Amino acid sequence: MLRYLLSKLLTFVPTFIGVTLISFAFIRALPGDPIIVMAGERGVTPERYKELVEQFGYDRPILVQFWDYLTGVLQGDLGTSFVTKKPVWNEFFALFPATLELSICAIIIAIALGIPAGVIAATHRGKFFDRALMSTALIGYSMPIFWWALLLIIVFSGNLHWTPVSGRIDLLYYFKDVTGFMLIDSLLSGQKGAFASAVSHLVLPSIVLATIPLAVIARQTRSAMLEVLSEDYIRTARAKGLSPLRVNGLHALRNAMIPVITVIGLSVGTLLAGAILTETIFSWPGIGKWMVDSIFRRDYPVVQGGLLLVAVAVMVVNLVVDLLYGLINPKIRKR
Amino acid sequence: MALLSIRNLSVEFATAAGPFRAVDGVDLTVDQGDVLAIVGESGSGKSVSMLAMMGLLPWTATITADEMSFDGRDIRRLSARERRKVIGRDMAMIFQEPMSSLNPCFTVGFQIKEALRQHLNLDRAQRHARAIELMDLVGIPAPEKRLSAFPHQLSGGMSQRVMIAMALACKPRLLIADEPTTALDVTIQAQILDLLSDLQKETGMALILITHDMGVVAETAQRVQVQYAGQKVEEQPVEGLFATPHHPYTAALLAALPERATTRRLPTIPGVVPGQYDRPAGCLFAPRCAKATEICHSTRAPVQGAELGLARCHHPVTQPEEATQ
Repeated sequence: MLRYLLSKLLTFVPTFIGVTLISFAFIRALPGDPIIVMAGERGVTPERYKELVEQFGYDRPILVQFWDYLTGVLQGDLGTSFVTKKPVWNEFFALFPATLELSICAIIIAIALGIPAGVIAATHRGKFFDRALMSTALIGYSMPIFWWALLLIIVFSGNLHWTPVSGRIDLLYYFKDVTGFMLIDSLLSGQKGAFASAVSHLVLPSIVLATIPLAVIARQTRSAMLEVLSEDYIRTARAKGLSPLRVNGLHALRNAMIPVITVIGLSVGTLLAGAILTETIFSWPGIGKWMVDSIFRRDYPVVQGGLLLVAVAVMVVNLVVDLLYGLINPKIRKR
Repeated sequence: MALLSIRNLSVEFATAAGPFRAVDGVDLTVDQGDVLAIVGESGSGKSVSMLAMMGLLPWTATITADEMSFDGRDIRRLSARERRKVIGRDMAMIFQEPMSSLNPCFTVGFQIKEALRQHLNLDRAQRHARAIELMDLVGIPAPEKRLSAFPHQLSGGMSQRVMIAMALACKPRLLIADEPTTALDVTIQAQILDLLSDLQKETGMALILITHDMGVVAETAQRVQVQYAGQKVEEQPVEGLFATPHHPYTAALLAALPERATTRRLPTIPGVVPGQYDRPAGCLFAPRCAKATEICHSTRAPVQGAELGLARCHHPVTQPEEATQ
């Protein structure tokens, strides 16, 4: 297992270099110029422009710039935002917990509903439950996310007043960031009602964000289960006189989990990159909106650093997925 | 009273092109301690009839029978839950592909103990001890160590031994072995058959051996039932069947054995088993039968008396020499 882990870790190196290179190159390939954007409508004189270019080092050859950036990254220096003048590192970690909290809640909802739905659909193949669940999944998958979010806000916030419209917590509550996770911090603060407020703020965005992964997981679980259910070892399990619950839920599901974990990993990766639409609609202070804003501002260090950190997060998720494969099916560990 | 008694069992599969009859009016009787071989080509309904009895067929199958009883209990009337108490406990089955019949995600020990846990009131330590005992019984060396092995770490022969251990876990009264050696090497085949034979004698359980290998039949079985295209065409004790087969199909099968060949070229049975669309109106074997006459093509064959091996034939073979022609 240790060797398996090390070999997987080794693949981090080329991926890391690749991501650094791509994020560095892509933002520069975009038309536009950070200095012009910074200057805004007032514009900038050619002398001042030249001065700034020199100050930021953009007059040097591109390879030298990349080398500077790379050595900085390896020393843990991701640079400073042009706009806020704060280190990228600090900005990222101020916002990332919000994204992480939302992603975790969303993926928990997606897994908790998606896997049972897929199993039920597979074991009721062609019957009512199968059709009902799979058409619901298809609707969920194809629905525009912003429209779905607005619909939920209108019903649950607007008409029923069950949930707040936006933000992470009610303005009544104020406490210091400890973990950055509102659910945990609100509990730690000990303020009455703070936790409930955090939960009620989290419900709608989580549901919205969970919708697509939920549909994907349900469909993937169903097809993986159908494949596994025709395997010889399922017949063996039935021949032992095991209950359908044990045959489907243990013998079949465990084997079907490999492709399902793959899509869960992919979904988590997407979620960690920030859900721009969901974060915008619910005014959720996550990294999705931060990244998009910095692309528009041509804030090179933020885009580069943000992409890199998101990529690392996604790589970690992939590593976890790979380790889970080995845990689920010991045969994979041997390869 | 017979341990297992099946009368007029039919199994039909609903396919996109209409119903397909895989088993057609099969009778079968097994007594305690019996060794019955069911022989036939691929597609003759051997496995399907046994899977039907175990309740392991997919939902597309429709099973009808005049009688289906095990140990005096009507299997058709058991609820799914009651039937699950019988299968895996009193009635167990092993399959053709041992490597794919074990779940790759669980250890061998887990899979054997699971059968014990399902049916017997044993505690953890007792289950562990019994699992080791079973592994030892089926001839797996270092059983204690092998309990924690995963299926991919075992050879085909070892996997089949594990399957047998699992099937024997609750001391079944009937073991159904569905082509247990087809996927194995020749040397391993003999070992597994010997093992099954020995275990059968030791435990006194009944054994149904599904096979298409006449050599296996001769070595292991007491009684043979020959199936063709979903029908039982003949049933005899082993000695009688090999000496005087009464159905032309049995005769042709035996004549095709290399050991019996008298010519340079092995005799074969021309044609193939009829499928869903080319099922003959008369005797199902008529299109491939050397002795077929007018009546064979037009009228379904009658079942002859016990003295003629219950042969389903218009012109049963009666003389030993006639069979070897």
